[in-house]
Amino acid sequence: MNLHIAAQINSFLAALVLLTAFGMLVQKRIYGLIHLFAWQGLFLSLNTAIVGFVANKHHLYISSVLTLSLKVFVLPYILHVLIHRLKIRKEVETVVNIPMTMMIGIALVIFSYHLMAPIRELSTLITRSTLAVALATVMLGLLMMITRRHAVTQIIGFLALENGLFFAATSATYGMPLVVELGVALDVLIAAFIFGIFFFHIHTTFDSLDVEQMAKLKEAG
Amino acid sequence: MLLILLGVPLCASVVLAFVGDRKFAPEINILGSAATFAAGTGLALEVYLQGPMLAGGKFFFVDAFNVYLSVLTAFVSMTTAIFSRRYMRREREHGRVGHVGMRFYHAMFQLFIFAMLLCLLTNNVGVLWIAMELATLSTVLLVSLYRTPTAIEAAWKYFILCGVGIAQALFGTVLLYFAAEKVLGEGGEALLWTNLSRVSGSLEPTVLSLAFVFLMVGYGTKVGLVPLHNWLPDAHSEGPTPISAVLSGLLLNIALYALVRCKVLVDGSTHTHQAGNIMMGFGLLSIIVAAFSLLRQKDIKRMFSYSSIEHMGIATFAFGLGGPIATFGALLHMLVHSLAKSAIFFTVGHASQMHRSQDMARIKGLFKGNPLVGWGLMFGVMAIVGMPPFGIFTSEFLILTATMKDAPYLTPFLLLGLGVAFAALFRKVQPMVAGDVPSYQKPMKVAHLPVLLHLVLVLVIGLYMPDFLNSWFHTAVELLK
Repeated sequence: MNLHIAAQINSFLAALVLLTAFGMLVQKRIYGLIHLFAWQGLFLSLNTAIVGFVANKHHLYISSVLTLSLKVFVLPYILHVLIHRLKIRKEVETVVNIPMTMMIGIALVIFSYHLMAPIRELSTLITRSTLAVALATVMLGLLMMITRRHAVTQIIGFLALENGLFFAATSATYGMPLVVELGVALDVLIAAFIFGIFFFHIHTTFDSLDVEQMAKLKEAG
Repeated sequence: MLLILLGVPLCASVVLAFVGDRKFAPEINILGSAATFAAGTGLALEVYLQGPMLAGGKFFFVDAFNVYLSVLTAFVSMTTAIFSRRYMRREREHGRVGHVGMRFYHAMFQLFIFAMLLCLLTNNVGVLWIAMELATLSTVLLVSLYRTPTAIEAAWKYFILCGVGIAQALFGTVLLYFAAEKVLGEGGEALLWTNLSRVSGSLEPTVLSLAFVFLMVGYGTKVGLVPLHNWLPDAHSEGPTPISAVLSGLLLNIALYALVRCKVLVDGSTHTHQAGNIMMGFGLLSIIVAAFSLLRQKDIKRMFSYSSIEHMGIATFAFGLGGPIATFGALLHMLVHSLAKSAIFFTVGHASQMHRSQDMARIKGLFKGNPLVGWGLMFGVMAIVGMPPFGIFTSEFLILTATMKDAPYLTPFLLLGLGVAFAALFRKVQPMVAGDVPSYQKPMKVAHLPVLLHLVLVLVIGLYMPDFLNSWFHTAVELLK
């Protein structure tokens, strides 16, 4: 494949990842959020496979398949089942209103580009221009965790953040060594089980998954 | 030896996952930890005789810096296992933990030890991150073991804040790999710490200083440095006390260890004091904020969690300051703080069980009620505030001396923090140990060995530093220069 075209496809997929990240900031329905998260995983996995093909790095195929199975199928499925079991229907409230969140998001993207500019100069990889997008995805995941006061959305924000990290590894260095990638995937999987257990605990103890209620532990003045 | 050291806790964890609720489970737990400690001592002996070594195809790496932390980790987890035998049995009689809870508790305790040891011994910076995350994940559900609303809130905070924090460290690791790959080529070799430190001079400084900011925020969250400390007092106070002891005494050390390893690489590349300055800033802020927070505490475990933040601040500050004396002091401080703090948590656990409360206003008359708990707490606090002749006095004195020499204008702040912490802890502890026994205090059998052993060790290190420790610390100081 022509390198130029590959770089174009790479940038296009990066744009789609960023778009889904912004979509998650706006989306109020929990099912919608999960779908967006699955799409983000899909773009990420496609991107990893293409980078792997162009750069002739076979271990990236494994990462790609791992992402596809974990982030497009397993995690969204677990979340679906949990939400169904816990009968969450309500829309998720945001702390900051949505246009404001979007503005902060845009500022974060610009900040990421600024931060990554020196790194971009140093890199010779075709994926170098997407590193800033990866950092932006991390930041947007963080923003989502801050602005949503619901346990499920905080978790989706956390997973989106993790997506950003994975993306960063692919675009900065054509992926981390395989042992690290596998270890990270294992940790994410364990984390998924833990938050699953947590949802039940929080639900039975507080009768809702709204984390606003969890504000007992404060300094007594 | 190394494989035994890592294999024992992992196997014990699997076994205890099935039999952790039986009557003999605490004994298995103790046995496993004792075997781990024996293996740790064996490894230390090997390193002492033969010097640093690589093992498992360069996957593991042992030098003077991590070997003493491994022995410390194995030792404190052994004494904690001894303490937890009586403690958890009583919690079960009180109906706070069920069958599944006990199984889970024992299995996760061993898994946690495995994760910490892996963190220390691995040579791969990526695996270091993974093990750190594993250590967090294995303790999250232990914090919420009692299922009370506050325990769940604390665990959720711990899970989310540490998850996010440590994600930043992964980004830092990616950047580190990015810089390393240019020099060392692709593949796992480029993330091996031994390789990285060899070529650290030729790593790109701009990338590494950016990476350090991410690593600092990431691992700094786990060290509990202010302003990234919000999760720590909650997580350390809401879980079962043996877990508080290992979280405060060991996990914070491990996170600091990771941070210091990264700092060495960054310093080697940038040749400036930038990383050190960042660490000094975070450290000093932690000391002062934690010292003043100590004054306002009502919950006994929460108070000692803040004391942990303060002490981690001191060690971070000293590592940031650099120089042979400060680094020596910081290494010593990690050791003695870990011993003293876990001893305090053991006595605090007994005290709060005797009163069925963690509220300091309800805990009274410990000297008369149970001399070991009372005096143990008293001496523990004397050790932790840095009274001579305990080891913490030595380490804090070294750090203060180095501060006066290298950064004299920071000495008043450091002294302010230490002074306020001293006053706060003494003021809070006096009413708890003195006075008459209240009617609601229940007498109970306590585990003597762990508390005594720890305090005696802290005392011995304060009076006389064994040769092997001295030589390890000196080698480690050379290494971290």
